[in-house]
Amino acid sequence: MAEKIKINIDGIALEIEKGTTILDAAKSVNVKIPSLCYHEDLCVAGNCRVCVVEVEGRKNLVASCAAPAEDGMVVKTTTPKVRSARTDIISLLVSEHNTQCTTCYRSTNCELQSLASEYNVDSERYLSVLKPNIKVDKSSYSIEKDDSKCVRCQRCVRTCAELQHVNAITVAHKGKDMKISTFMDLPMNDVVCVNCGQCVTHCPTGALTERRYYHEIWDAIGDPDKHVVINTAPSVRVALGEMLGFPVGTRVTGKMVTALKKIGFNSVLDTDFTADLTIIEEGHEFLDRVTRALKNGEKVALPMITSCSPGWVKFIEHMYPEHLDHLSTCKSPQQMFGALTKTFYAEKMGIDPSKIVSVAAMPCAAKKFEANRPEMKSSGYQDVDAGLTTREIGHMIKQSGLDFVNLPDSKFDSYMGESSGAAVIFGATGGVMEAALRTVYEVVTGREVPFKNLAITPVRGLEGIKEATIKLEKVLPAYSFLEGVEVKVAIAHGLKNARTIMDQIKDGKSPYHFIEIMACPGGCIGGGGQPIPTNDEIRKKRIAAIYAEDEGMPIRKSHEVPEIKKIYESYLIKPLGHKSHELLHTHYKKRNRY
Amino acid sequence: MENVKRVDLIFGEYTQEKYKILEETMKKSNEQIITEMINSGLKGRGGAGFLTGMKWKFTAQEKEPTKYVVCNADEGEPGTFKDREILTKVPRKVFSGMAICGKAIGAKIGFMYLRGEYSYLVPDLMAELDIYHEHAKRFNLDFTIELRMGSGAYICGEESALFESIEGKRGEPRNKPPYPTVSGVFGKPTVINNVETFVNAVMIMKYGAEEFKKIGTTDSRGSKVFSISGDTPKAGIYELELGMTVAQFVEEFGDGDTKAVQVGGASGFCVPRKKFKDTIIGFEGVPTGGSMMIFNSSRSMYNVLHNYLDFFEEESCGQCTPCRVGCQQLLKGIQAVKKGEKPSSYLNQLLKLSENMKITAKCGLGQSVANSFSSIVDNFKEEMIY
Repeated sequence: MAEKIKINIDGIALEIEKGTTILDAAKSVNVKIPSLCYHEDLCVAGNCRVCVVEVEGRKNLVASCAAPAEDGMVVKTTTPKVRSARTDIISLLVSEHNTQCTTCYRSTNCELQSLASEYNVDSERYLSVLKPNIKVDKSSYSIEKDDSKCVRCQRCVRTCAELQHVNAITVAHKGKDMKISTFMDLPMNDVVCVNCGQCVTHCPTGALTERRYYHEIWDAIGDPDKHVVINTAPSVRVALGEMLGFPVGTRVTGKMVTALKKIGFNSVLDTDFTADLTIIEEGHEFLDRVTRALKNGEKVALPMITSCSPGWVKFIEHMYPEHLDHLSTCKSPQQMFGALTKTFYAEKMGIDPSKIVSVAAMPCAAKKFEANRPEMKSSGYQDVDAGLTTREIGHMIKQSGLDFVNLPDSKFDSYMGESSGAAVIFGATGGVMEAALRTVYEVVTGREVPFKNLAITPVRGLEGIKEATIKLEKVLPAYSFLEGVEVKVAIAHGLKNARTIMDQIKDGKSPYHFIEIMACPGGCIGGGGQPIPTNDEIRKKRIAAIYAEDEGMPIRKSHEVPEIKKIYESYLIKPLGHKSHELLHTHYKKRNRY
Repeated sequence: MENVKRVDLIFGEYTQEKYKILEETMKKSNEQIITEMINSGLKGRGGAGFLTGMKWKFTAQEKEPTKYVVCNADEGEPGTFKDREILTKVPRKVFSGMAICGKAIGAKIGFMYLRGEYSYLVPDLMAELDIYHEHAKRFNLDFTIELRMGSGAYICGEESALFESIEGKRGEPRNKPPYPTVSGVFGKPTVINNVETFVNAVMIMKYGAEEFKKIGTTDSRGSKVFSISGDTPKAGIYELELGMTVAQFVEEFGDGDTKAVQVGGASGFCVPRKKFKDTIIGFEGVPTGGSMMIFNSSRSMYNVLHNYLDFFEEESCGQCTPCRVGCQQLLKGIQAVKKGEKPSSYLNQLLKLSENMKITAKCGLGQSVANSFSSIVDNFKEEMIY
């Protein structure tokens, strides 16, 4: 039992565990202390000083996010002294800020803007010390960096270092010149950045945003010569509502489809279709590797690691280039979709692929970079013309003037609109593994996975690294060499945890056969393209929505989707076949670390 | 008026025999050493003035087996140059002080964090360290001292930023608590003291707390090494008894036309002529790490302040809002008032800002950068405007 202490906040007496910060203590009794550099996901910085409070008996104010409460402490959060200091601090932040809020992408979703408005700060109070001639770094396909909007809270720096172990951005210079910069101040595109966009979702202002492509898509929609196809990832449908008037965790699949159709997309399809396809391909790739290793005694790279998360893929390319053979060669669902859109879909619909604009709605910033990878041209064209974030889709819907809350539901179009619950759970950490196990287990044994209602609970949840073992028994004759084998799997989300997994592989100590890695904490539902804010409470609600969506699906296993069966019969012929290799698989690139 | 009293404690002879005081002190128990230090009333010589003995005691009480001693030789405060002199003339006393502290608190390693610009001292310090280690071995003292170089950042003189720098990180102050006595360099309990403080510790061991207490006043025991510069015919290093008034000081060191004395460097306080008589130099009045800058009537206090703010605008680490932006605002503000772009009443708003900077900044530096602003603007408002 942790030691209890008594404190008093704004006249409320409370008992809390020793070590609790004043900010958290206040939160527990619904006293809201404003803050800026504080973020639930990150270590305490205590550098913006917005959260200062008065502690009886102390001359100086105390940063409540960083100060542990002490026994007998009497805290006051809104005295004239506190208000004066806080107003001054917010005014100072405004004085070094580019205050062209009207044209800012984060306007109305900006923490500095809300603070300035709450405290009604006078923009004329201090002289502007904003540096002139700050250029927006638009070099990256995924992330835009605008230092003129930076409040130096270092949330991005802490995110990149602590959650992702990437360290693409860090603090440089000091005093008035202090800024968030890259290695040698190089453009974002030229440094070791994996484009995960976690810095963007943790940025309180518009200093870090995703590079937007939706203006081009509006133009394409307006062009009668273009056939614009959009596919939407599972995590988008459980988070989009947050931007459009629904509580966190609301599923808005049907309304989203209606909205996108009304906006004018010629066809609204489901990325889940290629998620199911990924399971078929990746599941068979896994079985193929295992067969070659266990039956034929070949030297095969195991564990096999998933490759759906483009932030993760770039991470391993930079950090562990010698272990790229562990990555599944399967493209991500987005890229499979793009390749099939301009081949299979074009053929079926009788549309010239050069006239197709293929768009992906993704919870992700890294998908933008992935879409632009030079090797992603299997169809003969750029397979995916644009990856839009959930936020961009939200903006498009707002711009369209639709009354989203009251829209009727619609179904996805065809072809490539049908899918299973296994595909939906791709959005949550552990989901790809669960989907794969549902199919692989059945392929090998002829029976369903031995879990109630197909819910493989050990791979679910927000723990950083999860493990599970499934014993293969009474296998089908073709897989007799797997009889009694215990398949060990692991799931990691957040690249910090990916590094732990990779270090095991590097040291030759990995006990696993199959590993799922997602770049973002929580998996895609916590992706860098998701509505802001994102924190564990919100991640949990989005995950709950994902699993609810799965349970509500008539088909729960990828290999049972009729359209998937059909595409193999009529087009792809067989998993890992010639056509699959051409369209659905890829290769990776060794990248350096500087 | 009484004259200022010269003292010869810091620069006085160590002993004929090398490391004799250290050797003698080794015979005392840790409790004896710490009690002696507490009884002496010695306060840290870096400027903040925390009771040195208490600092040692808190660190000694920590259960963590690994502890460190750090000597802050980053001497970066404008107008301070006394540590350089101490390290040049009596490095043996400094190392002895660190070793005594190491023994008393149970540390095995000490770091001296040396100002980057003092790299020319390194060969001599290393030579003395060799002698020290030889003697420490002779009387079985398991305490080694290593040098660490600063790289020219003012902020790295702030203790927690200094730790970060030693650890190879960007020099930025940490949140407190935890204090260094609990979690200092490498997260271990650490005593960090100024160069001069360690020398004082040695002298306390040599002469005893009672003798030491005879010098100075109740609140400011002992002597202090001052770095005296500016409009004075006698610029240099002086060891003086604490407790004198600014008037006494100016009588001795001024050029007869002294208008103001900046006590404690750019982050210290400006004392105008009218307050010379009532201001004591010491912890009961204006504390100082040693910097005393004397200005005569030919000086523009606007220029003096402008110079300080120029410095702080550059040398703030930049992490916390009040210090990073506040310094820029104070500088821009006095420029705007001078040019007539802002009304003189804007100075009042800046004074309010400076008060808020003092109570909200993250570290001791941030809390004191506005001292010079408020004391100069308060006392020389007309010079700011006209």
